[in-house]
Amino acid sequence: MSEAPVSQTFLDHSVRLAQIANPQSDIAHFDDPLPLDCGEKLATFSIAYQTYGTLNADKSNLVLVCHALTGDQHVGNVHPVTGKPGWWETMVGPGKPIDTNHYFVLCPNVIGGCMGSTGPSSTNPATGRSYGLDFPVITIADMVRAQAKLLDHLGIPVVLCVLGGSMGGMQVLEWAATYKDRVFSAVPIACAARHSSQNIAFHEVGRQAVMADPDWCQGRYLDQGTSPRKGLAVARMAAHITYLSDDALHTKFGRNLQDRDKITFGFDADFQVESYLRHQGLSFVDRFDANSYLYITRAMDYFDLAADHGDVLANAFVGTKTRFCLVSFTSDWLFPTEESREIVHALNAVAANVSFVELKTKGGHDSFLLHEPELFDTIRGFVNAAARQRGIAEPEGWLP
Amino acid sequence: MNVNVAPHGLRTANDTSRVDLLLIADMVTPGARVLDIGCGDGTLMRLLASKRGADARGIELSQAGVNNCVAQGLAVIQGDADADLVYYPDLAFDYAILSQTIQATYSPRDVLEQLLRIGKRAIVSFPNFGHWRVRTQLMFRGKMPKTHNLPDRWYDTPNIHLCTIKDFLDLCRDAGAKVERVVALNASGSKLGVSMPLFAQNLFGEQAVFLLSR
Repeated sequence: MSEAPVSQTFLDHSVRLAQIANPQSDIAHFDDPLPLDCGEKLATFSIAYQTYGTLNADKSNLVLVCHALTGDQHVGNVHPVTGKPGWWETMVGPGKPIDTNHYFVLCPNVIGGCMGSTGPSSTNPATGRSYGLDFPVITIADMVRAQAKLLDHLGIPVVLCVLGGSMGGMQVLEWAATYKDRVFSAVPIACAARHSSQNIAFHEVGRQAVMADPDWCQGRYLDQGTSPRKGLAVARMAAHITYLSDDALHTKFGRNLQDRDKITFGFDADFQVESYLRHQGLSFVDRFDANSYLYITRAMDYFDLAADHGDVLANAFVGTKTRFCLVSFTSDWLFPTEESREIVHALNAVAANVSFVELKTKGGHDSFLLHEPELFDTIRGFVNAAARQRGIAEPEGWLP
Repeated sequence: MNVNVAPHGLRTANDTSRVDLLLIADMVTPGARVLDIGCGDGTLMRLLASKRGADARGIELSQAGVNNCVAQGLAVIQGDADADLVYYPDLAFDYAILSQTIQATYSPRDVLEQLLRIGKRAIVSFPNFGHWRVRTQLMFRGKMPKTHNLPDRWYDTPNIHLCTIKDFLDLCRDAGAKVERVVALNASGSKLGVSMPLFAQNLFGEQAVFLLSR
């Protein structure tokens, strides 16, 4: 039996580590402390961000994109570590649904992340070493509070549209609830107002896989010159299944065998789906930090917008003037349509301006990242309508 | 596109369904907050926005309809009259409009009561099953009627609760709805005279539009 390829390295480790301290992005440093929900503060912090397009004279054309759990700020450019296209380059760019010829698009790396914003792999100013588990536990609200500071820093009072999928959608909801006057329109995609028990359970599996890897070294692996690659790869493999659907996996792989004619009566990757998952796990560890994975999954687990507002979700949106467009996908069992519908009902209860589309897809939770023309039409139409309502010239030559 | 230009699909005067929408638009006061339940492709919402400067929201069951509306920048949610009206607060809208939809709901009375709860006024339009063409088809052919207003066969129609103008008046009475205005339209889309007696409106009206309040 050949060795399972979980120890294989695809990319030079240092390429990723370089992005922590010196990201290939714009970076904003903040010397005033960031108060956190856990009661602690980040004495200083940095946010790495990408921008696309041009900010107009009255600073009214900003579209803020919030990334998902394992995303980063590289929405529409070649990724500096993987060399692959940006994670939403089908959505953001010149002539794309979010047309950077007309809108100024900003995507910050979340705090807790590992692509240049302050996170557990950043240097702790108090010790001169990487934070590791000394990094305080952060929340979605903390991420958004840091982003608001970035907008202050850039001198942008109001966002034309804030949008994101999955954990990005959670940030969108947090933005709309906490900064009502700063959000003209909001597009939460494939998300929920609170992380479900099942989703917390999946995250716990992932975290336990990371922490069970001896190379995790109680979170001090950077000091030890190691990396819990196997644990993080397994975490990613388990999580990746939840981003797809039975239908998508069946269509893509069925029970097809990988480079062989018959099963081998062993534990090598006989099936294509196994080989695919192993590849997903391996390529993930080349671009992501294990401790960031722990912290960011925890932030999602703790997200419960209603709990922050007297257990009534509608209270989070009282008085909102924001225009909302929620999108869910029929094949998404991780953040099923019912979760979006609950948000819609809460918004209806405060008579908010809300649109809601459930799109028929096969791709599962990851549908928001895939080529889904109806998603593109929805986003393009909604963002352009928001621009029109805000008095900004919208892209020409486009009609619904 | 610009919301202030004339909306699409409102060009033909003979198109009775469009006349029905124009009539509804005339009943809405300028600048009103309106919920259009069963908003289809958003034709009435666009009309209300352009003619009345209304703040229009919509509910639509079909995905194609919702996508079309949202892509045009209209505020529409995917849902239906039976299930989703309960989530709106009391008097959230100036008008709750149910155009050519009540006959397709499971519980028309519950839906009507919800309309009167969430809207200061309700506007309801429906195909009149008391129209002479419907009556004669049933009488002389002995088969479920099919008209250009009710084109589906009995087994594939979404219209599960058809009624006549008189039936709907009974429902309004039972539900405690005040009838502020009734307009019946004939087959060519012209309004029948308000002086026409009820039995005649019920016989010659192919569709009816009711303006209701509590």
